Amino acid sequence: MSTGTLRTEDHLVEPGHLNYINNGYGLKSWLLTIDHKRIALLYLISITTFFFLGGFFALLIRLELLTPAGDLMEADMYNRMFTMHGMVMIFFFLIPSIPAVFGNFLIPMMIGARDLAFPRINLLSWYIFIAGALFTMAAVVLGGVDTGWTFYTPFSSTYSNSNVALAAVGVFITGFSSILTGLNFIVTIHKMRAPGMTWFRMPLFVWAHYATSLIMVLGTPVLAISIVLVALERLFRIGIFDPALGGDPLLFQHLFWYYSHPAVYIMILPAMGVISELVTCFSRKRIFGYTFVAFSSLAIAVYGFLVWGHHMFVSGQSVYASLLFSALSFLVAIPSAIKVFNWTATMYKGSISYDTPMLYVFGFIGLFTIGGLTGLFLASTGLDVHVHDTYFIVAHFHYIMVGGAIMGYLGAIHFWWPKITGRLYPEGWSKFATLVIFVGFNLTFFPQFLVGYLGMPRRYHAYPDEFQVYNVMSTAGASILGFGYLIPMIYLVWSLKYGAVAGPNPWGAAGLEWKTPSPPPTENFPVTPIVTEEAYSYSKQEAEVVGQ
Amino acid sequence: MSDSEHVLQHHFDDLKQQHEASTLGMWAFLITEVLFFGGLFAGYAQYRIRYPGAYAAASHHLDITLGAINTAVLIASSLTMALAVRGAQTGRRKATAGLLMSTVALGLVFLGIKAVEYSHKFHEHLVPGPSFSFDGPRESQLFFSFYFAMTGMHALHMIIGVVLVTIIAWFAWRGRYSPEYFSPVEVTGLYWHFVDIVWIFLFPMLYLIGRH
Amino acid sequence: MSEHVLPKSIYYGIFAALLVLTAVTVLVAFLDLGPLNVVVAITIAVIKATLVILYFMHVRYSSRLTWVFVAAGFFWFLILIAFLLGDILSRGWLPVRGWA
Repeated sequence: MSTGTLRTEDHLVEPGHLNYINNGYGLKSWLLTIDHKRIALLYLISITTFFFLGGFFALLIRLELLTPAGDLMEADMYNRMFTMHGMVMIFFFLIPSIPAVFGNFLIPMMIGARDLAFPRINLLSWYIFIAGALFTMAAVVLGGVDTGWTFYTPFSSTYSNSNVALAAVGVFITGFSSILTGLNFIVTIHKMRAPGMTWFRMPLFVWAHYATSLIMVLGTPVLAISIVLVALERLFRIGIFDPALGGDPLLFQHLFWYYSHPAVYIMILPAMGVISELVTCFSRKRIFGYTFVAFSSLAIAVYGFLVWGHHMFVSGQSVYASLLFSALSFLVAIPSAIKVFNWTATMYKGSISYDTPMLYVFGFIGLFTIGGLTGLFLASTGLDVHVHDTYFIVAHFHYIMVGGAIMGYLGAIHFWWPKITGRLYPEGWSKFATLVIFVGFNLTFFPQFLVGYLGMPRRYHAYPDEFQVYNVMSTAGASILGFGYLIPMIYLVWSLKYGAVAGPNPWGAAGLEWKTPSPPPTENFPVTPIVTEEAYSYSKQEAEVVGQ
Repeated sequence: MSDSEHVLQHHFDDLKQQHEASTLGMWAFLITEVLFFGGLFAGYAQYRIRYPGAYAAASHHLDITLGAINTAVLIASSLTMALAVRGAQTGRRKATAGLLMSTVALGLVFLGIKAVEYSHKFHEHLVPGPSFSFDGPRESQLFFSFYFAMTGMHALHMIIGVVLVTIIAWFAWRGRYSPEYFSPVEVTGLYWHFVDIVWIFLFPMLYLIGRH
Repeated sequence: MSEHVLPKSIYYGIFAALLVLTAVTVLVAFLDLGPLNVVVAITIAVIKATLVILYFMHVRYSSRLTWVFVAAGFFWFLILIAFLLGDILSRGWLPVRGWA
């Protein structure tokens, strides 16, 4: 079959056909749009900005940690750096990323709809996101917050001297953006599927976003109330978490982690959905075990709500609660493992092509697996007690969030870029960037497993001399990683003007979105499609050729 | 009167789909509200279990009569709201608008009584914070923190509800709704009933602790 | 939702039931039932809420999907309460040296 699946001879549509980008010009037509595709682009620009802002804070952290002494900044300032890094990356990049950009753009197209169920609420979601971001940026500009993104009480509610209330309000507002997006997706998937698009014919990307939306809707409100209580305590000095009045700081942690653990599944499930789309296309093969992958997404969403106490093993919760959460945390790995097995089985005897999106698939599967397995270490209370609040934890979640989620995000960008923009990017450069990112990532975070296990605490700006070699490797890796992230910015923007025109389906991929022109017209489908095929209907003939 | 072609949004196939989507969307939103208030109820429960005496002592300072009247007022407003939805469903323009305004009126009565209660608490120095002063266990302040957080959050939702119902009443008066298209009325009704349900739990949990 | 129009009498009936249950809640509060006071109060509140949900909010006549949404909301609230209170109630079970 083909070595590369890009079919650049598909110049069937001349550039300049009426599509969602050129259908209406001017700032007002973009800022007041209700087209889900335009809203996706509004989000793309916003979250890319926040990604680089969060990256800037990471750069400062890694610079400080080049040397054992706390010499670049005071401890207080360092606290603000890691807090802002976490807050910006989690709330303003990772949580929205794939759902707000690719979910928004693709879900209606993947199910054969003209738009989401509530287009105006979709736009409102973006404005709420921006409003929340403005509040949080105000907190940053006014000196930052130093509580950690986790806002633990009583430090956040009583003792911190930083802009806690302002940041809390910002995060609270942004939570509503998440809630409304999730609500929109849930109703859309239930009510707007085209004729013949049954639940079990939907792309797994849609299943993944459905599961993500369940978490957004069920978990975010509890974060909201926990933040409101902290803000109330701070502004009006009412002591809800104040031990002097009999209050319990652990109440905050329970409410906070009730959301924030499922939140990590908000960050990874969409990436898993992306991987399902990419692995099938670039193996030219149906997904192995469609039903298992679909239900495992739901399982992760539901089950993820039962394990939050594993963040609190050393906080003072009851030993019996810790025991229960530990046991449940081991089990939550199972649905994720099922997915990894199924993706691997999909590749088996498939016809693999090594286009850039597929490279991100390989990166994801390897790095997510490592990150996930270290999660099992941490589920064991006895081990967690030793590595809690060390760099082992930092490495664990960065393997999943960066090695997993961000690779999934970049894979999505490289796969759907031709659809979204109508242009192809230079494949040589994209492969090079992927390699740089992969090397940079591992050099940054693998040493952190080691140095964390050896005892280096997190959130400290100084450390003992013997840890320096690991930190120097990590900072070197971070520089390479940062450079790696800049390269796609350059060639992707370049491709907008100079890239080859992509046809409707440069990858030869299955899925309704690939049956439209690139870029698609505003209404997506001139006539509502009627679906008769299963998902991932890659040619049986191709499969036979490779001996399945 | 109402032109069903005019109210069908472009991305829906028919009014039935639009109606079902609106209703489902409001239910999804109400679930987020269940979890939002749920967090407050969870914190309330924790401290009640820990400090039963302090909670009881604090609860005695709440006015059962006003609380009970408010409960009856809200239940009545749910009745008028449900009848208003029925009015829209059966095409009775004036009855619908009238019932919606009755709902608003009852909501305002509730808020008025709440304001009276709050001002009493203020004068008795029972608002948590620097001016709090209570002759009893120190943990009672936690009760009052939750009292104000929960009833305050509830009152905020009531205010939003009052505004929404007023707007819907105006549109109803202008003849916007009909048996073919009344989902805004129904969806507003769902919201209103939810706020009533929160109070149904708040009243016994806050006002009726250790009253024997 | 229902294309189904309920007779007014159902609404009035539910209204009356809710008022009666409110009165019962208040009266029972003045009786000393020990730990049962809380149980009775919550039970009555749940019954009242159920009546509002089934009839005023039409869930009785709604699709199964609506029903699932409602059930899910309360179930997720129960998860929060169960695990939180589970922690609170079991904190004292294992004596730890140094803790009061």
